[in-house]
Amino acid sequence: MRKVPDNRAWWLVLPVLLLVALSALVPLMTVVNYSVQDIFGPGNAYFVGTEWFRDVLRDERLQESLLRQFGFSAAVLAIEIPLGIGVALMMPRSGVKASLCLILLAIPLLIPWNVVGTIWQIFARGDIGLFGWGLNELGLDYNYTGNPMDAWLTVLLMDVWHWTPLVALLCYSGLRAIPDAFYQAAEIDRASRWAVFRYIQLPRLRNVLVIAVLLRFMDSFMIYTEPFVLTGGGPGSSTTFLSQTLTTLAVGQFDLGRAAAFSLVYFLIVLLVSWLFFTAITHMDRDR
Amino acid sequence: MLDWMNWTPPVAIFFASIVAILMAMTVWEIVSPCTERKGFLPIATTRGDRLFIGLLSAAYIHLAFLAVSEVSLWIALAVSVLWLLILLRWG
Repeated sequence: MRKVPDNRAWWLVLPVLLLVALSALVPLMTVVNYSVQDIFGPGNAYFVGTEWFRDVLRDERLQESLLRQFGFSAAVLAIEIPLGIGVALMMPRSGVKASLCLILLAIPLLIPWNVVGTIWQIFARGDIGLFGWGLNELGLDYNYTGNPMDAWLTVLLMDVWHWTPLVALLCYSGLRAIPDAFYQAAEIDRASRWAVFRYIQLPRLRNVLVIAVLLRFMDSFMIYTEPFVLTGGGPGSSTTFLSQTLTTLAVGQFDLGRAAAFSLVYFLIVLLVSWLFFTAITHMDRDR
Repeated sequence: MLDWMNWTPPVAIFFASIVAILMAMTVWEIVSPCTERKGFLPIATTRGDRLFIGLLSAAYIHLAFLAVSEVSLWIALAVSVLWLLILLRWG
């Protein structure tokens, strides 16, 4: 027999839907309205149709920052997810040590984003920063304000430092939720450490990993404050990510129509990638 | 009242049609509830999933037309509607 889902539970979502309608849908509709107009000021707007969209899609500067953004998000996910799982696996299971680890891990998460940028800006300086000075003393030619590669590495390192703890904490909670019986069965079967990870821990971590991947993708795709404070998008435009390009358009140049069109394209990309991740991960076990 | 949102008729029509589609889908769902099934898409989907996929791909079809050609967007709309119908029927 095929199951017919009962949709009445959706009524319970109604209050949230109303809140979201006010906080997200109305602004979104306004952005759509802006994207088809050239706005000079209040009450002084001209309808331009899809001109902004055509303009934005063919703008090389925006295409470059889009590519840069995808590169950054891919690097963030490729480093933080395995690293977070690794850290969670190495953490003690209980006791004082576990609490201490949890507190230590949570510290980066508590620091405001602009402060993270400032910390790393000073930390990575060649003259007074421990990190930059140390690298230079080791004979490496490191200068994040002049060398694009160094700037990239610093931004990436900063994000890894800031957000790997989130992945680790999520994975840790997932690992703690695995009943001991699973490990006992594995021990009876003389499963290797790798087999325990591959067939017990990783499958049981899937749900928290969905959340971790989605959160880290969306956050890194919207990253603004930290690179803005650390490098200001430079040197040149080598660390200018999408949101910074967008802010320059909207607030710097007050080009509201073009910025609105650009944010809609941005929104569609985030929507598509998030949906793909979500569908891929939630359908993995169903199709098996 | 809607002055502060800078409404333009095309955008109003756009959102009205989205609301109309959602309402029609709700009525359809009440009249004949759908079951999850597998069509040509690689995953099993419900009618609502297919509508979402259709609308999202419609957005990308329009953007692609804008990005690479000077053709009228009415053609993009026609392609999108056709694709949406194919998706709803066989997806």
